[in-house]
Amino acid sequence: MGAGHHHQLHLPGDSAVHRLPPQCKLLAVLAFAIVVVATPRERFWAFALYAVMLAAVAWAARVPPAHVLRRMVIEVPFVLFAFLIPVIGLGERTTVLGLSLSVPGLWAAWNILAKATLGVVASILLAATTEPRVILLGAQRLRLPGLLVQIAMFMLRYLDVIMDEMRRMKVARESRGFEARDLRHVPVIARSAGALFIRSYERGERVHLAMLSRGYTGTMPMIGDVSASAGQWAVALILPISALAVLGLSL
Amino acid sequence: MHVPDGFFNAAVSVSAGAVAAAGVAVCLRGARRELDDRTAPMAGLVAAFVFAVQMLNFPVAAGTSGHLMGGALAAILVGPYTGVLCLAVVLLVQGVFFADGGLTALGVNITLMGIVGVLVGWGVFRLVGGLVRGRGGVTAASFLAALVSVPVSALVFTLLFWVGGTAPIDMGTVAAAMGGVHVLIGVGEGVITALTVGAVLAVRPDLVYGARGLATPLVLRGAEGATTVEAERPVATGAGVRPFLLGGIGLTLVLAGVVSFFASSSPDGLESVAGDKGFLDRATGHLFGSWALADYGEVGGIPVGVAGVVGVGLVLLIAGGVAYAARGRAHAREKAGI
Repeated sequence: MGAGHHHQLHLPGDSAVHRLPPQCKLLAVLAFAIVVVATPRERFWAFALYAVMLAAVAWAARVPPAHVLRRMVIEVPFVLFAFLIPVIGLGERTTVLGLSLSVPGLWAAWNILAKATLGVVASILLAATTEPRVILLGAQRLRLPGLLVQIAMFMLRYLDVIMDEMRRMKVARESRGFEARDLRHVPVIARSAGALFIRSYERGERVHLAMLSRGYTGTMPMIGDVSASAGQWAVALILPISALAVLGLSL
Repeated sequence: MHVPDGFFNAAVSVSAGAVAAAGVAVCLRGARRELDDRTAPMAGLVAAFVFAVQMLNFPVAAGTSGHLMGGALAAILVGPYTGVLCLAVVLLVQGVFFADGGLTALGVNITLMGIVGVLVGWGVFRLVGGLVRGRGGVTAASFLAALVSVPVSALVFTLLFWVGGTAPIDMGTVAAAMGGVHVLIGVGEGVITALTVGAVLAVRPDLVYGARGLATPLVLRGAEGATTVEAERPVATGAGVRPFLLGGIGLTLVLAGVVSFFASSSPDGLESVAGDKGFLDRATGHLFGSWALADYGEVGGIPVGVAGVVGVGLVLLIAGGVAYAARGRAHAREKAGI
């Protein structure tokens, strides 16, 4: 299910949500997701309130609904699985539209659909309002190991380069009349993957040497301050705290 | 297989997050040994490669196509520690920047696809690679490593789902369905992994981490016919099976201890089916029913988590004893010169 990652989610803007420091937004989204997952599935109104909160954030950030909806396609495989659960689930059964469905299965499907959708929308809003590089700086502020952040930064920086290499190889294959139709064509694809690995690895070695020649000592210099004020933390925590209040009411 | 939010209850998500964090921390230290100060750029580029290769669709049968998960491939090409790191970063980036896989399920995703996939793949690779030497051995080991790692990840997913899943499904059905489908996916993964490793071996055998020690040593021939054999570069130590064995034991203990504390006390699939069908009352007490550990600690007053750890310890002791006995016999045979 890794297909369709081509376009980035980031939507440049200058709203209040865009201007918040990244570490506040990361923590807010994570806390929100945990609260949503912990909510009992019988409380329909709680999930409705969560959805209203996310809509408010989207409005404040001026993210058009179409942008969010287009990206929600990522959920489709698990939506299909969720629709399967009532059919194969156990327990008491009921009849809907001539289909015999399991009642606990229906609850489980609703649970997964609601929570996964809210989580996906929250993640999309985070990615839409924050530059990827800045999210990683925020993660570093939240004490994520520096090496891990560096690896992720290099990955993001060279992702498009590697993807373009792959695309060029695809164009080269197809311009020679190749089309992957069945299992016999797998060796060609595998040789391309091998070539792509060698090119990536050698590029990594060149990047490392280039960095050494510019004085790399194992840490990256921090350019720009991303520290957050108490006020900014307060603004960012409105979302998870109001979600927590809803959870408290629903328990 | 990117698990979204809401699939697992909060307790399992948090426990899996702790396991993933511990695993990634271990791998950060290990990767420094594999790559020293080149870690950040090399692992970053390889992560980008894994990300790209996951999009490479290959035809499975008429009309359907699959894509690589890349755990075993990454482990064989760049080593297990770097492999886990790359997969973890790929999953992190997919979760945070592409909304693929829930944030609360990030721990589950890293544990399943990163740690379990790479660990199992590398373990099988070392095991088979130790039996068959040479380039053919590496290719065969790559095939088996990828073939085994995919269904094992799927079965661990099923296990986690049994502990903290949110859907009432008969676990036998899920295990059979997940296992069956993923054996098929595993065959595709195995074929393409083996062919990819073979392609890299043919061009740059020095880049394949799993094939270190296969290269023939450099021989310098002087003008007078004198030959000197260059000493082989030392293979990075500590990348053998042992640290992974220890890591696996640790992981199992944590899962058994922590997760079972949170495990739901509702009857499992089989028990609820049994209850529905009315044959639960026919079941007679187990032979060891009066043991303190019976039914995972619900009888003897021992907390569930402790019972889990004790159980894992017992299994490890027995397995270790069997392995030691087998090794002792092999040693004796070697000594006797057979």
